[in-house]
Amino acid sequence: MAKQFMKGNDAIIVGALAAGCRAYYGYPITPASEIAHAAALHFPALGGVFIQAESEVSAINMVYGTSGMGVRTMTASSSPGFSLKQEGLSYCAGAELPCVVVNIVRGGPGLGNIAPEQADYFQITKGGGHGNYRLIALAPNGAQEMCDLTMKAFELADKYRNPACIMADGITGQMMEVVDIPEGVTDLPDHSAWAVTGKPDTSGNLISSIVLDPHDLEDHNLKLDAKYKEIMANEVMYEEYKTEDADLIVVAYGVVSRIVYSTVDLAREQGLKVGLLRPITLWPFPTEVIARLADSASAFLAVELSTGQMVEDVQLAVNGKVPVHFYGRCGGVVPGSEELLDEFNKITEGVTQS
Amino acid sequence: MKTFEKSNSFYQVFERKSGPAKEATHYCPGCGHGNVHKMIAESMEELDLTKRTVFVSPVGCSVFGYYYFDCGNFQAAHGRAAAVGTAIKRTNPDAIVISYQGDGDLAAIGTAETIHAANRGENITVFFVNNAIYGMTGGQMAPTTMIGQRSATTPLGRKEDIHGNPIRMAEMLATLPAPTYIERVAIGNSKHIMKARKAIKKALRIQAEGKGYSFVEIVSACPTGWKMDPVNARDWLVNDMLKVFPLGVFKDESDNQDEDAWKRHFEPFDKAKVDVYLDRMKSAVGEIEPTVLPEDLNCKFAGFGGQGILTLGLFLSQIGMRGGHHVSWFPAYGPEMRGGTANCSVNLSSERIGTPLVDHPNVLVVMNQPSLELFEKDVVDGGTIILDSTVVEGTPDTKRLNAVMIPASDIADEVGTPKVANVVILGALVAATDAFTPEFCESTLRAIIKKKSLIDMNIEAFRRGYDFVKKA
Repeated sequence: MAKQFMKGNDAIIVGALAAGCRAYYGYPITPASEIAHAAALHFPALGGVFIQAESEVSAINMVYGTSGMGVRTMTASSSPGFSLKQEGLSYCAGAELPCVVVNIVRGGPGLGNIAPEQADYFQITKGGGHGNYRLIALAPNGAQEMCDLTMKAFELADKYRNPACIMADGITGQMMEVVDIPEGVTDLPDHSAWAVTGKPDTSGNLISSIVLDPHDLEDHNLKLDAKYKEIMANEVMYEEYKTEDADLIVVAYGVVSRIVYSTVDLAREQGLKVGLLRPITLWPFPTEVIARLADSASAFLAVELSTGQMVEDVQLAVNGKVPVHFYGRCGGVVPGSEELLDEFNKITEGVTQS
Repeated sequence: MKTFEKSNSFYQVFERKSGPAKEATHYCPGCGHGNVHKMIAESMEELDLTKRTVFVSPVGCSVFGYYYFDCGNFQAAHGRAAAVGTAIKRTNPDAIVISYQGDGDLAAIGTAETIHAANRGENITVFFVNNAIYGMTGGQMAPTTMIGQRSATTPLGRKEDIHGNPIRMAEMLATLPAPTYIERVAIGNSKHIMKARKAIKKALRIQAEGKGYSFVEIVSACPTGWKMDPVNARDWLVNDMLKVFPLGVFKDESDNQDEDAWKRHFEPFDKAKVDVYLDRMKSAVGEIEPTVLPEDLNCKFAGFGGQGILTLGLFLSQIGMRGGHHVSWFPAYGPEMRGGTANCSVNLSSERIGTPLVDHPNVLVVMNQPSLELFEKDVVDGGTIILDSTVVEGTPDTKRLNAVMIPASDIADEVGTPKVANVVILGALVAATDAFTPEFCESTLRAIIKKKSLIDMNIEAFRRGYDFVKKA
């Protein structure tokens, strides 16, 4: 298999091209800009579309246009730009349009800074725009996954006719690793039943999210809700590391999971029974596996680059069976293994005492 | 009487419309939208464009364009029709894209999309219905509301010093170089309507011929929003509005454009082509040739920007990649980059790499003074520190660390350019760690250095650094 040493942000575009994405619309913003740079280079070279849009708002609405034609399309941004896309994402969800949107999360709120954070978790997993909808949310933790999960995001978006989001951070975007370059997908789904392509066979179709009658709109919402329940039942992805005998389960995703992975090994050397549960899909959240682990573990610890967002989903999953602790750094500060190890020790000492 | 027949570009029965009256429109008596719809439908039919037309409806009274037009239909978010239309046209350059917008949609919330679609010369047609009011939303001030005109949000009338002046979109867009055709018409009387019909058809023909962006502003009445009866509304349109919104052609380059001059290129997904393209992205290091690492390398490279610090890390990473190892390279970005310093973390491991950040390196390369002070304390006991002694003064703690002090910049000068000091350091690093054989590194460098004329100089720099350590 062909390999290349590449940045996570570049790997996203490799995954997108392999997934059959044909149009990229974006607006420059640090630390996501490399994605647009790579798209500007590669999409036109392959006969696809790249437009540097006049705004984030325009970019997501261009995505709406191409997506409504049944053609794979994407946009990428970082936190403030992702906020601007929320209305468009709500329209895409309402009109049931598949698309991929990447958020290389930076420090907030407001202009914040360009350092890594995970404080857009609520916005991504709970629905940042208006109305009853969900984004399928995937959280890669390295360059290979930036590529592979982008491909997966296109697949899921098409399967469920819903926007899918890649949530990463500045480190995962800027870091270079060895990537196995994938082959292009074999088949693309036929969307001519609903898409409006500008060809005669689809001229009876309509792309719209307006449903005037309250009962009809309720039905539409219930149909979306049924779809979301199906996604929750079928598409949860996670990784377990040394959880089988763990007293303390650390829940972390994205770049933080990499740090926790190293720290789990350090902790094990000290005799602490610690394991890592890494959500790969943030929505749907791996609720069931956490509930199962809560039967054997004595405590949970959510580690995030935020003041505490995913921890709420961990608490819901644990459902009071055992204590759920939280450790977060924010503003772009990334915890080192030593401080995490201190935290593990504090919690496991408490567990031993109680 | 052909005039009264419904165009075949309309649905004959409006099944998508809610309520019982499936053959009447939802528009108020005296509203201009019905007229404009009819002229568009007839032009679509006459030009035989209907089945490849995509009609983009805005938010506003014409949000329900899809009730009526028997073609592909999109409903767009408020103000975004031009962006949606842009994407549709780029994704299928043979589609005929109509962006139908009202004044709030096009000239207030969607001003940016409007201007930029025009400025890119998108080969689409924009029909702008200007009736100086927000109709659907309940009669609020529009960007085109007239001075003195009362509305729900200008109860005492629009005032220049409070609300600004009505915007003339046709004139504004005509200042741009890209648009092909910009005209303002009206539907105040039968003479207006004749001209409007001609302009609408011309705009669509320009698009069909690939001649670029066409924009027709249609000054139109909204008796309900204006709180007038249809006759008074029509008179006010003719006597008052047209003074502020003069009719005419503001730009017409259609005779100077070649056919398909503005038609963009698009190719659907082609797996074979994508596979060839992706394969070309593969690394120049070629096949993996597994090597054995004596121990994992957790390296920090630090110096000034311009010294090739990041490239040094990349060279080592690619050597590691060719050796079949897990590799991560992470550059400091953001606040750490200020002041012209550069550093990167590189991990080479036979195992999966956890954190890509290197807090405690076992190899530290220092190419400027501040980095020595900043990072030396972080190196693990027994670790290696390599410093460019040409530019860094002082000695590291040689009891705790394996120190390599190499005048890398001087050696690089001797080789031919100070720019290869980083490769001299690379040679020293490989020698000090025995991570790879020099031959393996040299053949990798030959593969990855793009500028062939620089290869020999880099190889010599590497060898000089390597020998400096081995022969010390």
